[in-house]
Amino acid sequence: MAELFSPVRNFFARSNDDLVKIIGMAVLVALVSSAAVSVTAVMLRPYQEANRAAEQQARMDKMLDTLPGMRDLMMETGVDTLETRLVNLDDGSFASSDDAAAFDLAAALQDEEASIALDPDADIAGIKRRANQSPVYLLQKDGDLMLIVLPVYGAGYQSTIRAALAIEADLVTVAALAIVEQGDTPGFGARIEEPDWLAQWPGKKIADETGTVRIELVKGGASTPYEVDGISGATRTSNGMTNILRFWLGDKGFGPFLTRLRQKGL
Amino acid sequence: MSLKHHLIAPLVGNNPITLQILGICSALAVTTTLSTAITMSVALTVVLCLSNCVISLMRHHIPPSIRLIIQITIVASIVIVIDQFMQAFMFEMSKKLSIFVGLIVTNCLVLGRAEACAMRNAVLPSVMDGLGNGLGYSLVLLIVGALREFLGTGALMGVPLVTTVADGGWFQPLGLMQLAPSAFFILGLLVWLVRVLRPEQVERPEFRLRTREDGRS
Repeated sequence: MAELFSPVRNFFARSNDDLVKIIGMAVLVALVSSAAVSVTAVMLRPYQEANRAAEQQARMDKMLDTLPGMRDLMMETGVDTLETRLVNLDDGSFASSDDAAAFDLAAALQDEEASIALDPDADIAGIKRRANQSPVYLLQKDGDLMLIVLPVYGAGYQSTIRAALAIEADLVTVAALAIVEQGDTPGFGARIEEPDWLAQWPGKKIADETGTVRIELVKGGASTPYEVDGISGATRTSNGMTNILRFWLGDKGFGPFLTRLRQKGL
Repeated sequence: MSLKHHLIAPLVGNNPITLQILGICSALAVTTTLSTAITMSVALTVVLCLSNCVISLMRHHIPPSIRLIIQITIVASIVIVIDQFMQAFMFEMSKKLSIFVGLIVTNCLVLGRAEACAMRNAVLPSVMDGLGNGLGYSLVLLIVGALREFLGTGALMGVPLVTTVADGGWFQPLGLMQLAPSAFFILGLLVWLVRVLRPEQVERPEFRLRTREDGRS
């Protein structure tokens, strides 16, 4: 037993100026530290993910609360949350399988079959890959669409921004925007979460009569229904937000789905 | 130095913020409300005790040439582990503190105490020193946090104590108190107060202003 530990003892008995000891201690500290960090990160991940999921649900609920009359309408139709459907993004049809709740975006993005790589030119939202399907959340009354919520995401300044865009039954007017998750600079880009800023979204139009997506964040003074005031001091977060919306409302995003809804309804 | 001295001295006499002027950055950032100040104080005190303990344990085997790298690696690992725990079990709070938990790593207080105390002292005095400095830091954070939250919003721990003008009362919240500069003002006033009470803390001026009697040049 004693012989087994003797190399260890010899190592620690070396002088602190000895090269072997210096490198050895550096490696040892690095190994132990990284092991401690990885073990906690992996063990705590389920708790953290549950927290994040609860947070996203809470934000979605909060957005519904800001929509005037939406809760009453839901009471009337007897639902307490929005209906989740899965959409095939390429042709805009609803996916036949009803396991929308089980849709896992992270897994789909890893899967060559379930997602496509985006051209750098087309990838204005900076997401590299796009899943072939996406959940959408909708509220209907007697078969008529009342509200549709599209989940969108993409690159902000230094984090991925995830948002939910609620669109009214005309499929053009924004009902509300909710930021589901973001990690941009506190005090600057992170202000996209502030209620005052989000309050200017309802009533904006995402596209003009010809169906061209026009919505954008502008510097200083939005003047048309397609323009929203950007955040001063956070140009890249504002541009990121414009690009995220342009991408997800465009041909590679929910464009085909919205076109199909306009033509054929639910 | 006795154990008690390690614990008591940093509270007022050798306070890390008001005398050593360490850890100012986080003292500004997380003191807008009392609850964030409390959480940050607890997190920093735990990190400080743990890092002093670990570094003191291995102080004989830390090669002097790479001691700072080793110290910062250990501190960073402890901070990441604590941050992970907070994200798992105190999610709301970890969102409020946002990047500042991670920034405990760069809080010069932690590395300062590791270098000044834990590298030279046995485990128990080092832990006591960590605890004492942590509590000294906490004391200042709590005072600043309580003042800023009360004067800035009229509430403490989110509980309204006086009715604000907006709610039909008499108290006009001082918006400045919610901004970072106000923490500087309060810290400055605190340092002044401590030095009035304890004149021995006043440093000698590094140079003297020349007066007319010194002659012309």
